[in-house]
Amino acid sequence: MRFVLRRVGFFVLTLWVALTLNFLLPRMMPGNPALAIIGRFKGGISPQAVKVLQDQFGVGTRQNPVAQYLAYLRNVATFNFGPSLTTMPGEPVSQVVLHALPWTLGLVGVTTILAFALGTGIGIVGAWRRGGLLDSLMPPVFVILSVVPYFWLGLVLILIFGVKLHLLPYFFSYDYTLTPSLSPAFIGNVLEHAILPGFTLLITTIGTWILTMRNNMITTLAEDYVRMARAKGLPGHRVMLDYAARNAILPNLTGFAMSLGFVLGGAILIEEVFNYQGVGWLLLQAVNNEDYPLMQALFLLITVAVLVAILVADVATAMLDPRTRGAR
Amino acid sequence: MDAPLLPDAAPVPASVPGPAPAPGGGITGARALRRMGRAITANRKATAGTALLALFCLVAAFPQVIARDNPNAEIYPRLLGISARHLLGTTALGQDMWAQVVWGTRPVLLIAFGVGLGATGVAVLIGVAAAYLGGAWDSVLNVITDVLLVIPLFPLLIVIGSYLHGAGTGVMIAVITLTGWSYTARQLRAQALSLRGRDFLEAARVRGERGLYVIAVEIIPTMTSLIVASFLTNALYAVLFSSGLQFIGLGDPSVVSWGTMLYWAENNEAFQVAPLWIIAPGLCIVALGAAFALINYAFDEIGNPALRPLLRRAGRPASRRIAGTARRADAQPAS
Repeated sequence: MRFVLRRVGFFVLTLWVALTLNFLLPRMMPGNPALAIIGRFKGGISPQAVKVLQDQFGVGTRQNPVAQYLAYLRNVATFNFGPSLTTMPGEPVSQVVLHALPWTLGLVGVTTILAFALGTGIGIVGAWRRGGLLDSLMPPVFVILSVVPYFWLGLVLILIFGVKLHLLPYFFSYDYTLTPSLSPAFIGNVLEHAILPGFTLLITTIGTWILTMRNNMITTLAEDYVRMARAKGLPGHRVMLDYAARNAILPNLTGFAMSLGFVLGGAILIEEVFNYQGVGWLLLQAVNNEDYPLMQALFLLITVAVLVAILVADVATAMLDPRTRGAR
Repeated sequence: MDAPLLPDAAPVPASVPGPAPAPGGGITGARALRRMGRAITANRKATAGTALLALFCLVAAFPQVIARDNPNAEIYPRLLGISARHLLGTTALGQDMWAQVVWGTRPVLLIAFGVGLGATGVAVLIGVAAAYLGGAWDSVLNVITDVLLVIPLFPLLIVIGSYLHGAGTGVMIAVITLTGWSYTARQLRAQALSLRGRDFLEAARVRGERGLYVIAVEIIPTMTSLIVASFLTNALYAVLFSSGLQFIGLGDPSVVSWGTMLYWAENNEAFQVAPLWIIAPGLCIVALGAAFALINYAFDEIGNPALRPLLRRAGRPASRRIAGTARRADAQPAS
């Protein structure tokens, strides 16, 4: 229990740091870049919205920074991020974000889970058949694959499968002559549009899981209890899965949560390359349009997603592995 | 406040074989470097990585030797194909693509080495100080490290970049250094912690050496190989992060580099008209990244023999090893 409380404490602290960074960054930059752009939009925005922007960026207000900071924290706590300035002029930022969220959850969520499951499986088998074909091919291939920039791989796949072969669609998340509905035709269209971005994400992330799992397995396979299991004459697959893999997977679980930050970061660029209208694409739209309120909200959303994942993974690891509970 | 349970909360790879009891710490450092030199020639992955990196360094140092054209000049007919005059053809803006790729090497390598050295410096400072000072200092530095570690780095860089409007090479180095040191600081701290209480450190304390001397002469030389690994990791990440930022237009678009080339390519319909404009700079990023990753991976194998490819017998690793958790180099950052 104390362990969980400590983790929650860390969660709150990190969240606070992220919030404060969000508040301080525009103020630290030369000439407060947010100021100019927001100043231009004042006319078309309701007075309440102007107040939110004032607290967030310190624009056109005489209030002292501490009061601004407190008001900003209060606004964030109530999901009041003000209006979007340029991307969807006048719409509340929280609404705009909510429209983009399902696309990212679908694309990145499914792909990440798939990559984790597949990668861990391949890693287990590779380490078990040490010295086999899989094992000797894997490391060099995935060392190279892990340095391929997500976005560049996306560009190359578009070039091959989209532009040259005309096999797969590579623009937007569905054919926008269709009206969104729950019909099989539309769902099929959405899935078709998800193939290229999903595949890009899958092959750039899977290497991590394969390599970490393989290395964990190799370490675990040298443990005495694995030797004991072999000595007892248990069938190979039981030793591999129930004795070695079960223990080797524990560090990977936290790695899974930690990697979410990277995956979301990479997904930003993949969504941009494929014009897939998820959270990452929206973030870059906001950046290009200097829509600072929207940008800040999206940064917070991504940070919170990562922090929650880490918290869940920590608690899960503590439940699965008693040794970690006492750790410091 | 304590650390999140990261994969590397387990003992760090035993990159430094055995204790280093030499009183003259400088000797250990030199020996470690010599050992590294031998390792590079002995390990195929390390040899390939080092050769590739050396090649890029040469190109960055003397680009005018192999590319006479001015990379910025928009003076040629547009979208020429490959020819002897234009080795990679020309862009939709009328620039010589070969000159762009060659001259683009320099800013990328500057960022790689700048961030590699800078971030590793900060990481050594904070990681070793935390481990050596202990107590409240350790807790505070540790919390700072952990908080920075879990805040998603690439989105943070995008936010900072959007306020900066066109970050040049220097600004890019500074920003990535300041935000990106935490991962390696954690590893270095774990390694330094494992040294605590070793006899050679006690001996230095009994001799009455000052703290700074102990850190600089006794502790840091024993960590040489981990520091080199940390440099490689940070350099690799700098290449990938900065290319990503330049690709989305957050770099200085007038600087010729691989990331900005991709930015201009995407904005000029290169898919249809000049596929090489996309392929060439991307392959360069992959090759440079692979150079860093190969050297790093080879170091992992050298430090943790259990991970080496088996030569003769397929089966279990022969002996028990300390957990060699994979470095972040295996994980792909956002780019």
